[in-house]
Amino acid sequence: MSEIREIILNSDRLATDEYLVNMGPQHPSTHGVLRMLVRLEGEKVLNIEPHIGYIHSGIEKMCEAISYPQIIHLTDRMDYLSAHMNNEAVALCVEKALQVEVPDRVNYIRTIMDELSRLASHQLWWCVMGMDLGALTTFFYGLRDREKILDIFEETCGARLTVNYNLPGGVMFDIHPNFQKRVKDFVKYFRTKLPEYDQLLSGNVIFRERTSGIGYLSPADAIEYGVTGPSGRASGFSCDLRKHQPYSAYPLVKFNEILDHRCDTLARYEVRIKEMYESLSIIDQLIDNIPEGEYAVKMKGVIKLPEGEFFQRVETARGEFGVFVISDGKKNPYRVKFRSPGFSNLFALNKMAKGHKIADLVAIMSTLDLVIPDIDR
Amino acid sequence: MAFNIYDFSNLTHTIHVGLQESFSPFMATTLEWVIVGTAYLLFVALFGLLLVYAERKVCAAFQQRLGPMRVGYWGLLQTIADFIKLLMKELIMPRKADRFLYNLAPFIVIIASFLAIAVIPFAPGLQSLDFDIGIFYLTAVSSVGVIGILLAGWSSNNKYSLIGAMRSGAQILSYELSVSLSLLTMIVFAGSMQFSTIVEQQRGAWFIFSGHVPAIIAFIVFLIAGTAETNRGPFDLAEAESELTAGFHTEYSGIKFAFFFLAEYINLFIISAVATTVFLGGWMPLHFGNLESFNHAMDFIPPIVWFFMKVWVVIFIIMWFKWTFPRLRVDQILTLEWKYLLPINLVNILLMALVVLTKFHF
Repeated sequence: MSEIREIILNSDRLATDEYLVNMGPQHPSTHGVLRMLVRLEGEKVLNIEPHIGYIHSGIEKMCEAISYPQIIHLTDRMDYLSAHMNNEAVALCVEKALQVEVPDRVNYIRTIMDELSRLASHQLWWCVMGMDLGALTTFFYGLRDREKILDIFEETCGARLTVNYNLPGGVMFDIHPNFQKRVKDFVKYFRTKLPEYDQLLSGNVIFRERTSGIGYLSPADAIEYGVTGPSGRASGFSCDLRKHQPYSAYPLVKFNEILDHRCDTLARYEVRIKEMYESLSIIDQLIDNIPEGEYAVKMKGVIKLPEGEFFQRVETARGEFGVFVISDGKKNPYRVKFRSPGFSNLFALNKMAKGHKIADLVAIMSTLDLVIPDIDR
Repeated sequence: MAFNIYDFSNLTHTIHVGLQESFSPFMATTLEWVIVGTAYLLFVALFGLLLVYAERKVCAAFQQRLGPMRVGYWGLLQTIADFIKLLMKELIMPRKADRFLYNLAPFIVIIASFLAIAVIPFAPGLQSLDFDIGIFYLTAVSSVGVIGILLAGWSSNNKYSLIGAMRSGAQILSYELSVSLSLLTMIVFAGSMQFSTIVEQQRGAWFIFSGHVPAIIAFIVFLIAGTAETNRGPFDLAEAESELTAGFHTEYSGIKFAFFFLAEYINLFIISAVATTVFLGGWMPLHFGNLESFNHAMDFIPPIVWFFMKVWVVIFIIMWFKWTFPRLRVDQILTLEWKYLLPINLVNILLMALVVLTKFHF
């Protein structure tokens, strides 16, 4: 609060007809403890200053004290909605450093789980997007379908949200005998339910009026701010790591990178909806062909990485997630840095929302799909 | 005392005469005020609770869940429990709030609603205020509520509240025009502003049928503008939860919050009741031209049942679009009113005048 008081006291910095509002840390549409200092002129947003750190948990620092398999269990506390992808990034990084080849079965399982997490994350995003725009019913439709994915997760590895399924060298358990059948059932079910999303929200005239032409982020700005994931792709920035640096089983599947050149809120919305169809088709291609084999390579009891710097990035539901490890040859890393998509995406918000109304700010923030612990780490 | 479910004027007349005979004229009138006032209070409190319950059930149905189920049979006592909880809550006031205005605001809002409810004809003989400028009075008092909302937003000393109140002010003042103009269209058709006359004229056919095209247009416009006036549905900008936390009543708690909450539901009832009275024939049963036996069968359903049936249908429609549509933005809400509804309304009045002049109606 002190900075607000300071700004108010230094009245030359604050013109009389402007208005400073603290959006957050407790605010329904920030979806967590994000604080934004919003400068308003009536309803018009003049400037947004995001203030982060309210849920800072020091994960990067903690990583320095623990072993590599343990780091995996911290990563799903960052972006809890793409927990599996985060875990995979660390696992892949360690495997890359040790030059371990994982069996094909692991790659297939990981990719299917990736896409299921992406679907679950996009479903939750869709619920919340509708809710931010005032259509409260979307929340229940999205959660209805998301539950089915979480049930599959639960059966596979015992956890619903923070799955902790990956290990360096493979996955923790083999898939459940029901896994293939349940995933196939889900894909069939969700294909019939996805059009409902369009009927309820995408096709609504109020929704289209609210979103089209709002929150323009030019491709150049998207690259400059490092906006990745569906938000970046909606600005025409081809940044899908599943295409550009394929990992796990992604080289084996055919899918389209969804690009949109309208650069507005509606584009970001539609990219995510279309990505859900792509995820379904990726799962379709893999689920019947999971090869037989081991579900993990036997690793040493204590994993020590060779001295050096290692980097691995994966495509999470929000964008590019990077793990950078500096190792000095011990069993715990010298330094770990995570590149989280939410952090970069958040800071493009000012660029997008400036000059729009408060309601648009909420809509734009919603299409960035922020997860606050992912930003704060 | 002759009680007749089809006509309440006997009952009210008996009570009136009885009181006049046993007390002095002054006392009798005072007692009548008290009785009528208590009746309205009871009705509003009970109907408000019922509406809250209905809204929760309707919204649950739209959202594929059951809604309240635990308190009472099918959760029937849930809203009563909620209300008791609200009564027991501590009243918290922001330290820098304007004390007087802060305390005054909820009363203005709820009094405006009570004033408006007085002219609604529930059934034959069941209407407390029936005078020749009924509709004019209704539009006048229903817009008093906005003062309470503005006061609430201003006096809470909260920026979100103020933004919410300003939005609400802009919105209600604009949509007041459409509500009045669509009612005016029907006044042109009915030739009277008195509610009892308007209902009486719909004995043959409801206005929405006899007034055909212009009446249907006016009905749709009235529904949209009425929803906007009650700060509901896709027009709930004033409380816009995801933007302004709770808008103008962010800083209110306990019974004061309950007043705003109740006022919103009474306004929902008023809008539905006015729509029922002016467009759907009030308490008149459904009649079709020469279908004697059908009309006779319809007459068996008491007028008060007809009235509430129609009111619930309108309420359901309003709830339906609240739980389906996303919220509009503040500039879009004003655009909708000034660029679309208002011109449509003006043309519609002309159309209605033509219809009345050429006698091209049923």
